[in-house]
Amino acid sequence: MTVQFPALALILLFPLIGVVFNMFFGSRSGRGAVNLVGPGVMFAAFAVATWAFLTLLKLPPGGSLVAPLWGWIEGGPFHVEFGLRVDALSGVMVMIVTGVGSLIFLYSVGYMAEDEDFARFFTYMNLFALSMLILILADNLLMMFVGWEGVGLCSYLLIAFWYTDPQFAYNGRKAFVVNRIGDAGFLLAIFTTAATLGSHGVWTLNFVELHNNAALLGGAAATAICVLLFIGATGKSAQIPLYVWLPDAMVGPTPVSALIHAATMVTAGVYMIARLGFLFTMAPSALDLVAAIGAITATFAATIAIVQPDIKKVLAYSTISQLGYMFLGVGTGAFASGIFHVMTHAFFKGLLFLCAGSVMHALGGEQDMNKMGGLRRKLPITFATMFIATLAIAAIPPFSGYFSKDLILEAAYESGHTWLWLLGVITAGLTSFYMFRLIFMTFFGDSRVDSEKEHHIHESPPVMAIPLIVLAILATVGGWVNLPDGWLWGNAFVRFLTPAVGTFKPIVEANLTSTSMPLVASLIGIVLAYVLYIRLPGLPFLLAWRLKAPYDLLLNKYYIDQIYNVVVTRPLFWVSYYVLDRAVDSYMIDGAAEGAGLAVLTSGQVARRAETGNVQHYAFVYLLGALGIVAYYLFLVTGR
Amino acid sequence: MIPLTYMMSLSAIIFAIGVAGVIIRRNILVMYMSIELMLNAVNLAFVAIGSRLGSMDGQVIVFFVMTVAAAESAVGLGIIISSFRNRDTVHADDLTLMRW
Repeated sequence: MTVQFPALALILLFPLIGVVFNMFFGSRSGRGAVNLVGPGVMFAAFAVATWAFLTLLKLPPGGSLVAPLWGWIEGGPFHVEFGLRVDALSGVMVMIVTGVGSLIFLYSVGYMAEDEDFARFFTYMNLFALSMLILILADNLLMMFVGWEGVGLCSYLLIAFWYTDPQFAYNGRKAFVVNRIGDAGFLLAIFTTAATLGSHGVWTLNFVELHNNAALLGGAAATAICVLLFIGATGKSAQIPLYVWLPDAMVGPTPVSALIHAATMVTAGVYMIARLGFLFTMAPSALDLVAAIGAITATFAATIAIVQPDIKKVLAYSTISQLGYMFLGVGTGAFASGIFHVMTHAFFKGLLFLCAGSVMHALGGEQDMNKMGGLRRKLPITFATMFIATLAIAAIPPFSGYFSKDLILEAAYESGHTWLWLLGVITAGLTSFYMFRLIFMTFFGDSRVDSEKEHHIHESPPVMAIPLIVLAILATVGGWVNLPDGWLWGNAFVRFLTPAVGTFKPIVEANLTSTSMPLVASLIGIVLAYVLYIRLPGLPFLLAWRLKAPYDLLLNKYYIDQIYNVVVTRPLFWVSYYVLDRAVDSYMIDGAAEGAGLAVLTSGQVARRAETGNVQHYAFVYLLGALGIVAYYLFLVTGR
Repeated sequence: MIPLTYMMSLSAIIFAIGVAGVIIRRNILVMYMSIELMLNAVNLAFVAIGSRLGSMDGQVIVFFVMTVAAAESAVGLGIIISSFRNRDTVHADDLTLMRW
C-alpha cells in the first residue's frame, strides 16, 4: 500500500536550510546562532522523520510513503524522477540517521566549543546529513548515487577538516580516492542495469519498478550487477580490499568519526545491498561473496584491533569488523538482521566514539591508551556510558549488540555457512577482548597520564554528557525491539522489515551449541582481557616480546598499507609522473599545442615576405590574376 | 571608314602601355599618368564599339568615366602632394610602410 506523504521533502529541506545558513551567514552571525541552527535543523528533521515513521507503522506490512517531487532526467524513453520513498527499510535508516545524528550534532556543540571554524564544521555536517538522507530516501538508483557521492565528499571535507596538517589533508585525499574506486563499481552497476533493462524495452532505475522487472535481468547480468554494486559497497563500507581509508579517517574531529565513520555513512553499503536485496537474491554467488568478504573482514580487522595503542584506531578497526558482521548478515540473505545490526551498531559505536572523544577532550587530545589509565573516578559519566557501550558491542545480554549479533550468526549458521559462522564466533571473542582491553587500559589501573595534563582532567560539559546518556540508554534497550521468538513481542523488528527486504531459507536447524557459542566466546574474551590487563599487567609486554613477529605483524596492520603502497600507489605515482606527466603531458600534449603554434609562426615568417608593401608588386600580381581569368575564359570556357 | 580592328588594336596598345607604366615606372606621378592612359584606352574602345553598333551607350559611359577620372585625379593628386610633403619623395619604392 502506497500513501502520498509530501512532508518527506521537509526531511531534506531542514538540513538544506542548515547548510545554506551556516555557509553564508554562519561566521557572521556568531557561535550562538550556528550552535542553534546546526543541531536544530537535525532535531527538526528527526521530528518529521518520526512523524513519517509513525504514519508508516499504521500502514499494513509492506506499505510505503512516497513523495514524488519532480522529473529529473528526461531522455526519450529513459526518465528518472526526483522522488522520495519511505518503506520499512528506509524508515528505520532515516530514524537512525536523524536520531543518532541529532545527538551527535548536539555533542559537537560542546566538542567544537574551542574551535574557530565552527561555521565551516556545521556546514559540512549539515551537508553530510542532507546527502545521507538523499541516499536513504531516494526512490531510484541514480538519486541514491547522488547521495552516495555527497556523503563521500563530506567525508573527505571532514576528515581533512584540520587541513593545515599535511598528514590530515593526505588522509582526506586517501579516503576520497579509495572511495572513488568503489564508486566506479557502483556507477558501472547502474550503467549495466540501465543497459540490460533497456534492451528489454524497460527504461527505469526506480526501485519499485526494478523489483517488478527484476526477472528481465538474467542470472549472468544480475551477478555482474551485484558484484559491481558490492565493489561500491566495499569502498563506502570499508571492507576488504578497500577498507584502508577508514582507520586513517580518524584524524577528523571525533563527532565526525562517530557520525560518519561509525554510525551512518559507512553503513550505506549495507543499506544499498539490503535495498537491492531482490537483485542479490537472484545472484546467489554474489551473495556468497558478500558473506565471505564480510566474515573475513570481521575477523581480519578484529585481530588488528587487539594490539593498537590508539583509542580511536581500536574503534576504527572495530567499526570495520562490525561492518563485516553486517555484510555477513546481508550476505546470508538475512537482510533484516543486517539492518538490525546497523541500528544497534549506530547506537553503541556512536556512543563509543563520543566517549573516546570525551576522554580525549579531558586529556587535551591524547589518543594513546598507554598514556591513560585510572580515569573511571575522574570521568564517571564517560566511564559508565562507555562501559555500557562496551557491553553492547561485546554482545553481553541484555545489551543491544547481543540481539543483533546473535541474529546474524544464527542466520549464518542456519543458511549453511558454517565456516563463516565460525569466523563470526571467533570475531565475537576478539571483539570483547579488544573492547575490554580498551576499557581496562583507559579507565582502570594506575594513571599513566602525563603529569602536566593530570590536573586538567575534567568531566565533559552537559551538552556533551546528555547525548552520551541518551545513547547509552539506546545502546541498552535498542536491541529489545527484536527479542527471540516467543518472548513478549518476539522478533517484531524482523517481522516489520521482512516485507520490504525479503529473507533467506534456513537449511540447517540451529541448536543450543550454535546459539550459545558466540556468548561463550565473548565471555572468554572478557576473562582474557581481565587477566591480561588487570590481574597480570606485565603479561601483555612479555607476550609482545616473546611473540614479537606476530605482534609486529598485527601492530603494523599486516603491512597492508605498505603492500598497497608498493603494489598500487607507487606504481601509480610512477606512471602518473614519468609516463603521464613527463611523457604524455609534457611531450605529447604540450608538444602538440606548442607545435601547432610553432608551425603557424614559422609558416607566417615565410609567407609574410610576400607582403613587400610596394604597391607595384601588388599591381603586378593583380595583373597576372586578371590575365589568368581572361585566359581561362578565352581558352577553356569559350573553347577556342 | 577606319576598320574597327584598327581602333581596338590602338586601344589595346595604349592600354598595354598604361599597364607597363604602372608596373615599371617608380615615380608615382608617372604611374598616375599611366592609369589615366589606361582609362582613355578603355574610353576609345567604348566610343569605337558604340559608333560601330550605332548606339549612344558607349558615349554615355565614356562621359561617366571622364567624370570619375576627373574626381579621381583631384583626390589622387591631393594624396600625392600630401605624401610628398610628408616624405619628401614621389618614389613608389620608398613608400612601403605597409610591409612585413
